[in-house]
Amino acid sequence: MQNNHLLTYLLLTPFVGGLLLLLINREKENLIRYFGLAVSVITFIVSLFLYFGFDISKSDFQFVYKFAWIENLNISYHVGIDGISLLLILLTTFITPLTLISSWKGINKKVKEFTFFMLMLEVGMLGVFVSLDLFLFYVFWEVMLIPMYFIIGIWGGERRIYASVKFFIYTMFGSLLMLVAIIWLAIYASGPLGHFSTDLIELYNIGPTVPHTIQLYMFLAFAFSFAIKVPLFPLHTWLPDAHVEAPTAGSVILAAVLLKMGTYGLIRFCLPLFPQAAVYFAPAISVLAIIGIIYGALVAMVQKDMKKLVAYSSVAHLGFVVLGIFAMTNESMQGAVIQMVNHGLSTGALFLLVGVIYERTHTRTIAEYGGIAKLIPIYSVILMIASLSSIGLPGLNGFVGEFLILLGSFKSPVLNSWWYTVFAASGVIFAAVYLLWMYQRVVFGEVKNPKLNSIKDMSAREIFVMIPILIFIVWIGIYPSTFLKVSSRSVNKVIEQVYTPQNHSLK
Amino acid sequence: MIQLIYLTILLPFVGFLFNGLLGSKIKNEKVIGIIGSGVIGISFIIAIGAFFETLNLPVEQRKTIVDLFTWLSVGGLNIHFAYQVDQLSLVMALVVTGVGFIIHVYSIGYMHGDKSFWRFFSYLNLFIFAMMNLILADNFLVLFLGWEGVGLCSYLLIGFWYDKKFEKMTTADAGKKAFIVNRIGDFGFLLGMFLIYLTFGSLNFSDVFSKIGVLNISQSVFNFIALFLFIGATGKSAQIPLYIWLPDAMAGPTPVSALIHAATMVTAGVYMVARCSLIYASAPAILTVVAIIGALTAFFAATIGLVQNDIKKVLAYSTVSQLGYMFLALGVGAFSAGIFHVMTHAFFKALLFLAAGSVIHSMHEDQNIQNFGGLRKYMPATAITFLVASLAISGIPPFSGFFSKDEILWKSFANGNVIYWAIGAVTALLTAFYMFRLYFLTFEGNSRFGKDKHPHESPKVMTFPLIALAILAFIGGFIGIPALFSGEGGNAFENWLEPVFKNAQARLAETSAYGHSMEISLMVISVILGVGGIIIARNIYLKKPSIATELAGKFKGLYNLLWNKYFVDEVYDATVVTPIVKTSDSFLWRITDAKIIDGAVNGAAAIVDRVSKNIRKIQTGVAQFYAIIMALGIVLALFWIIMSL
Amino acid sequence: MQIPIEYYLILSAFMFIVGVTGVLTKRNAIIVFMSVELMLNSANLTMITFASYLGSSVGQLFVFFVMTVAAAEAAIGLAIIIAIFRNKLTVNIDEINILKW
Repeated sequence: MQNNHLLTYLLLTPFVGGLLLLLINREKENLIRYFGLAVSVITFIVSLFLYFGFDISKSDFQFVYKFAWIENLNISYHVGIDGISLLLILLTTFITPLTLISSWKGINKKVKEFTFFMLMLEVGMLGVFVSLDLFLFYVFWEVMLIPMYFIIGIWGGERRIYASVKFFIYTMFGSLLMLVAIIWLAIYASGPLGHFSTDLIELYNIGPTVPHTIQLYMFLAFAFSFAIKVPLFPLHTWLPDAHVEAPTAGSVILAAVLLKMGTYGLIRFCLPLFPQAAVYFAPAISVLAIIGIIYGALVAMVQKDMKKLVAYSSVAHLGFVVLGIFAMTNESMQGAVIQMVNHGLSTGALFLLVGVIYERTHTRTIAEYGGIAKLIPIYSVILMIASLSSIGLPGLNGFVGEFLILLGSFKSPVLNSWWYTVFAASGVIFAAVYLLWMYQRVVFGEVKNPKLNSIKDMSAREIFVMIPILIFIVWIGIYPSTFLKVSSRSVNKVIEQVYTPQNHSLK
Repeated sequence: MIQLIYLTILLPFVGFLFNGLLGSKIKNEKVIGIIGSGVIGISFIIAIGAFFETLNLPVEQRKTIVDLFTWLSVGGLNIHFAYQVDQLSLVMALVVTGVGFIIHVYSIGYMHGDKSFWRFFSYLNLFIFAMMNLILADNFLVLFLGWEGVGLCSYLLIGFWYDKKFEKMTTADAGKKAFIVNRIGDFGFLLGMFLIYLTFGSLNFSDVFSKIGVLNISQSVFNFIALFLFIGATGKSAQIPLYIWLPDAMAGPTPVSALIHAATMVTAGVYMVARCSLIYASAPAILTVVAIIGALTAFFAATIGLVQNDIKKVLAYSTVSQLGYMFLALGVGAFSAGIFHVMTHAFFKALLFLAAGSVIHSMHEDQNIQNFGGLRKYMPATAITFLVASLAISGIPPFSGFFSKDEILWKSFANGNVIYWAIGAVTALLTAFYMFRLYFLTFEGNSRFGKDKHPHESPKVMTFPLIALAILAFIGGFIGIPALFSGEGGNAFENWLEPVFKNAQARLAETSAYGHSMEISLMVISVILGVGGIIIARNIYLKKPSIATELAGKFKGLYNLLWNKYFVDEVYDATVVTPIVKTSDSFLWRITDAKIIDGAVNGAAAIVDRVSKNIRKIQTGVAQFYAIIMALGIVLALFWIIMSL
Repeated sequence: MQIPIEYYLILSAFMFIVGVTGVLTKRNAIIVFMSVELMLNSANLTMITFASYLGSSVGQLFVFFVMTVAAAEAAIGLAIIIAIFRNKLTVNIDEINILKW
């Protein structure tokens, strides 16, 4: 089923759907919601076609389509996917409908604009994952910023303007450096190739030949931009503000997908294009990642706001992913890829659950809770499963990713020391501390706050949103092969690209 | 039956789902209880069947692997959900399912009337599921799955009554402490696993153990592997320094204490070290560490148990102490003796806890032994079974505890050195003493409780399990009668387990320089110590209780130290917990994140702001000003052009 | 004898400088316009001078263009000044500074 236009359909569906949505009268809020939901579900179905048509035995890009866009500069509309992007595309198209359903009652002003922005955001996110041209990638990367800026700025909490401006400018600042590097690389490539080119496949051959010092700078420029997005310590401070102030749907999408774009960029661009630089910087970046793991966990422990706690936990989790990427072994990278999906599911679930309870009590302060296990048992159970997934309990999805990452980094020839893994593994202790402590203060104990007595348990709609996520949490935990085998060849190819075009030996 | 062994794991999981999802709808306690206990009962029968099947196999073929499906296959890592049925795992399986079944039945009575009755059985079944995964696993990762799974169930069950207060904290706090301290141990276990994978290229038991003699591996690698794994064991099996969670775990319902914190979960560490006997045999230095920690823990915990007044606390410290004995046994290379003690300990400790539960129930949740006394006339069955268990734990023949404890003491003398034996012997004295202090203060003597308490015997559903366990505690030792008594056949239990530990024993190459006469003399000494402890306890607590208060007064400092459990929790809190929390709050968050890092970000924005505020002042709005600037610019440009010509 | 060309040019330069000084420093808008006219005329003078000395009539022709532009510009400029005066009741340039930061 290799229809080469399938990816274009994937991108067009939410785009056209969003444009059509603009024609609906803004009074018909329910129609808008259903229409938006239908569009996102159709996008999900299109992505399923991608999944079933994908050949896991090949490591090359599939569903490739190339259309010359700016001929003079050899910039083309070049799209294609491999195992890694496929998993992330599925994650995106899976989470978006769930997010729309979860905001059914939560967003009740300017519903039309909201749904429109969510669909445009989806276009941006999917575009990032399918682009095989650096310029096209950059366009989609920036496109995704604008709807997010509006979503946080209009429907967010009290300090939403500060948070959304901070998010936008911080991320864009990084992207500009990346643009410089893209242009630099494309100009450099015009030497060997004979023409200015931003095509990724061509640049894969050129990138590793860039002289060492220049390669270091290019790598840093790209990595800086991705590091802001990940977020990598110490470039993470936009995240707590953005997450806390964003509406639930915004937080879920931000955590589930947007953060993955940073790590995806590292795997897709930084490592294969600049392998020597990547190996050179791997120890330093791994140290930052490990600091992120421990620091994120410790700071999460002392937060008083539930959403901020989960936001800092994202910093900790993505520290694991970055460590997995820069350990550059098969196990650690596979672990990193699957952990990207896992984090999307478990942190997405946690944000959805925080949103559920916020809708009822309009407070996220942990101290104002306590004893809700008696009052809303179903919620408590689902929160427990999501927390355990985030802690990395074996049998649930988080463990698979964390274990593979730690195992891979222990035997990494690039890092070449046990100490990275020792410190990173201590993160598993701290994760249990902050999540269980939060869970205990919110769910167990006595009901101290009389305002809580009237809260209702999860409605059918809310349970319906959580169930698919829980199913995947358990599925990936018990039988991850379904997902690991999708990405395994592609991960192997990236590792090959890192190790083989070496003029000098690795440590 | 062997091929059906996976059912022993699957059925409890089905029970968990059934009671978990439907339990709150089924209001009938009998149904929930029968399903919950029934699945364990069936698992027990399957285990028995597998045992007899294995017995019929020739000795070399007694290891069967039942492979279900692939769990993780990434790079060189190939992990299946596969289970190993061999002599060691069968012993553990029989103990877990057998004692587990008995405790499930007991719980039907104990938890009667609880509004979360269904949730209790659901969690208990989940626990058995995880525990069976642990002991039947054929690779380290599935073992770890069970390892963490039992930790989770422990957390859920300790905090089962989640709105109940427990000493200065809540039950949820106790559960959280258990989980986190266990996690610290798991951190060590993970590192051990990584090192194993790095060294052997596999996490499969068969692969790893078969490569030990073959590959050329440095001593330090073995030492690290053994040490890391042992750190995990100290967490799970409550040894120094990570035992602190076990006494607080008594916050949970008593059947939980019996099942998890006496008979099964805490023995997981012992099982793991025994399973990895070949690794430990290759790291004798660490084996010494194991023995030392085991001996010290045994003694240390026994001293704390001497002065506690909460019946469950005494039993908790007793468990820590007995676990120390098991590790002492492993540490001197007596692997099967350690496992033997696991088995007998499961019998008598579970019995002690269940009987204690019976007492607590009838005394309306009062757990202070100073408020008991003379309960034997009200609860004869409980009293007699408690007595049987106390005799067993004190090592009085012919009860089971005598055989297992004696084996350990003998081996620690013969394979280890006299110091190990001395510590073990003194601890045996202390054990007998505190156990009978407990017995006399609770069941004998004058009643010290008020008129409001009406103690009564527990219903049959609770006393029958007690009797069953008492029988096991009585006869359970006979399968481990030492070679001394049983002739050329040797110790039957040891023989059964011998193939599992054969390679390890060969490596350790211990030679027993002592003969049978030494063994008999040591045996006699330990019996004398046990009886002595009983007599001293009787004289103090039955005859003249004032001696106790006098002694406490005379040795006030020591008494205080023991009563406050050597202030270990307070020390940990002050040196580890509080500093970390305070640093994270005041330094890491408020200063580093909010002021420094975010300050840099906001500062950058502020700089841009200030600079532009100043630059915009050029736009004065006065046209002449612009004209002046233009004129200056033209002059400068002309000047530059003319100069460069 | 012909007057040396320098005299005319110096005169033009002098007029130009006076005009520039007037534009840059005078406060009254009308004086500024007068100064602008002065600058334009000095340019005219330069062009005529060169037209005369080089014997070409292009310079003289161009002067017509300049004069036309000057006339148009003066007309519109004065109209703007009158409009501003009607609103702000002042022709002091320093006070007409609304388009500032």
